[in-house]
Amino acid sequence: MIHKYTMYDTNIVLDVNSGAVHVFDDAAFDVVGLYKNETRKQIIESLSEKYSGQVIEDAYEEISELESKGLLFSEDAYSDALNKWERKPVVKALCLHICHDCNLRCKYCFASTGSFGGHRTMMDLDTGKKAIDFLIEKSAGRRNLEVDFFGGEPLMNFDVVKGIVEYARIREKESGKNFRFTITTNAVLLNEEIKDFINKNMHNVVLSIDGRKETNDKMRPRVDGSGTYDRILPKIQDMAESRNQDNYYVRGTFTRENLDFSEDVLHLADQGFKQISIEPVVAAKDSGYDIREQDLPKLFEEYENLAREYVKRDSEKCGFNFFHFMIDLQQGPCVIKRLGGCGSGHEYLAVTPEGDLYPCHQFVGDEKFKMGNVHEGVFNSDSQKDFQKSNVYTKKDCAECWAKFYCSGGCAANAYQFNNDINVPYKIGCELEKKRVECAIWIKTQE
Amino acid sequence: MKHIKTINNATLKNSLAKGGCGECQTSCQSACKTSCTVANQSCENK
Repeated sequence: MIHKYTMYDTNIVLDVNSGAVHVFDDAAFDVVGLYKNETRKQIIESLSEKYSGQVIEDAYEEISELESKGLLFSEDAYSDALNKWERKPVVKALCLHICHDCNLRCKYCFASTGSFGGHRTMMDLDTGKKAIDFLIEKSAGRRNLEVDFFGGEPLMNFDVVKGIVEYARIREKESGKNFRFTITTNAVLLNEEIKDFINKNMHNVVLSIDGRKETNDKMRPRVDGSGTYDRILPKIQDMAESRNQDNYYVRGTFTRENLDFSEDVLHLADQGFKQISIEPVVAAKDSGYDIREQDLPKLFEEYENLAREYVKRDSEKCGFNFFHFMIDLQQGPCVIKRLGGCGSGHEYLAVTPEGDLYPCHQFVGDEKFKMGNVHEGVFNSDSQKDFQKSNVYTKKDCAECWAKFYCSGGCAANAYQFNNDINVPYKIGCELEKKRVECAIWIKTQE
Repeated sequence: MKHIKTINNATLKNSLAKGGCGECQTSCQSACKTSCTVANQSCENK
């Protein structure tokens, strides 16, 4: 399978199964489009008005050579790879819901503005410690373990965050593990003491801001309805600088209220941020914020415009990283990782303030997905196996998709939310992902 | 080659041989939390 497209006059051809990426001139690009359906003679005839016979012959030879080297039209060699690698499920990452409460009332919040549809509650230290014990026990031989402090807003319960880190540092020594902590915060309560603790202990910090003041304040108000931009921007800038503009993300959400989201990305870049992620909302159908099919042409244009500006700024030595344009073609994840995806429900679980276990933070609150509880020592490993089995080949739409090894089958929670089945991907999410991958690869061709 | 420039070779196939150690970061922890992207992760086992 190949995928061919043209972006800003660059003809790009991906060989899906090998991962090879090529730039074609116009003649070769036309030839490759006919290569599998017509004979060499027919192709020469078909294209005779555009190119000389010799040019077509030469292009054809080059395509044949790449095909023989396994760099074009290569066979899918992975469909049984996961069976070969099948093993006992291992948990390696937890999302700890430190606090099911929030000091903001973001309009698009998938967590019902912090409560996840339940009571507003805080995790206590004992539950946090039990979660760490659970992770160490279920991680088997895996050394690198991740814990994300999530909410609601985790800074509202920061003493427990500190206690959990302290406990995990003791346990990692005796268990031979390596904990990497991250925290996701809206920055409203950020102060010097918290900043220092985060910088000493957290591998990554995700700082929520949506971009321009008007965008941010419309969607991310406080409980009293007032905006947060003026308060959080200097704190977030200071945090980013204190981490030498690395190992953090400013993370925003766009909705159909700001389809011109590239302006929000560039606004954040103009404020000095070097690590930026602005992502499409996942909102219930017809909530008013959800991205609809008719929004896609505008959003595709936005991604393309952003890609062009991204390359321009990079060439002017004032570039930045945009999370969704970052693709490591050389040393990215292995194909096993790419088949399986994000690991939700088997490698990655969420823990609520009560200690309940869910497949990921987005499933929290949906009782039928509850997998157990860290206090009760109960864990539904059958459900874990169901999630582990889900991969690009169990999803009919993915098996035939050229982008499957870049997105790895998409988000299980989005799939369930829109299609009631973790194996039926969320179509609008797919379309946006494909456009982002096209842009990301185009950016690589410009280096 | 006159008509084709290869930007990247068959890295995916090569990764099958030694892949699957599972030590890499869980993608949702890195930034996204709502949108799965895996190809921007790095391998821990180079």
